[in-house]
Amino acid sequence: MSDQHLHYPSDLAPGDEEEVRVGPRLAGYCIGFGLAIVLTATSFFIAGTNLVWQPSIPVALVVLAIAQMGVHLVFFIHITTDPDNTNNILALAFGLLIVFLVVAGSLWIMANLNQNMPPMDQIMRMQR
Amino acid sequence: MTDAALHGHGHPALLGGRPHEGPASKRITTGFGFWIFLLSDIVMFSCFFAAYAVLLGQTAGGPKGAELFDLRSVAAETALLLLSSFTCGLAMIAADIRNAFWYQIGMAVTCLLGLGFLLLEFREFAELVGRGAGPTRSAFLSSFFTLVGCHGAHVSAGILWLLTMMAQVFAKGFRADIMRRLLCFALFWHALDIIWVAIFSVVYLLGSAA
Repeated sequence: MSDQHLHYPSDLAPGDEEEVRVGPRLAGYCIGFGLAIVLTATSFFIAGTNLVWQPSIPVALVVLAIAQMGVHLVFFIHITTDPDNTNNILALAFGLLIVFLVVAGSLWIMANLNQNMPPMDQIMRMQR
Repeated sequence: MTDAALHGHGHPALLGGRPHEGPASKRITTGFGFWIFLLSDIVMFSCFFAAYAVLLGQTAGGPKGAELFDLRSVAAETALLLLSSFTCGLAMIAADIRNAFWYQIGMAVTCLLGLGFLLLEFREFAELVGRGAGPTRSAFLSSFFTLVGCHGAHVSAGILWLLTMMAQVFAKGFRADIMRRLLCFALFWHALDIIWVAIFSVVYLLGSAA
């Protein structure tokens, strides 16, 4: 690593590697692919099994999905802690914030409305 | 903090960055710009996900997800898309070592896997519509077809882009601008896989459990 820092071969972007060395890059894709397969298989297995406590299944599925997205980001899209990647990570963090607000906010508000509004037939009766 | 450290002229090992901070290279700015686009695309998908999650129970007396989804077909679609992401990565390695033969092979395999994915998805949609569970049946099915169909439209556009990139490399070789386009294409294809992870987890696995 320190050797590479001496001559600064090129700039980095997501999806980009600094050196054309096939071996480590191939290994990276293989590791990512293997991890993704394991996580996917676990998801499909967990969804249809009776071996685990049933209410834990949705939580397990969400956790496995987030883990697999992380694997894709690191091994396929090559988001790293490299200084050249700082802007990409900041943009990703902001995107995740918006995604969280949209999804969690919608679910929260709609669940609240469902609880607090009377059923449709009662509204119709009140309007009469 | 000295002036040198602020402006990045200090010892690179202390700063952890490049020794001479000039404007970022075109490759970096292109990747960053396309990354912003991908994130905005993901935000758009998150709206469809929110709609699906809210409307999951609104079946209007129609079929629920558990009665409709064929998880074996979904597993096959997942395998095809994941494998295509892998072969896309291999094609990018081949492009970086300027090996046109393996690049074209890798892209062709990626294209075939993507087409296989689209075929399975089309069959699933046709079967659902044939059983009277089309997008007009209930709010749940409307949101399902919108979300999964939007991803399918992205994959279709990605395949058109893929074929364009095969032709461009064939006609123009691995020029710097072509390599930047390839970088963007690879990012796009991997991002589609990330969205599919969310779809098979939330829509199919959670949807058939609910």
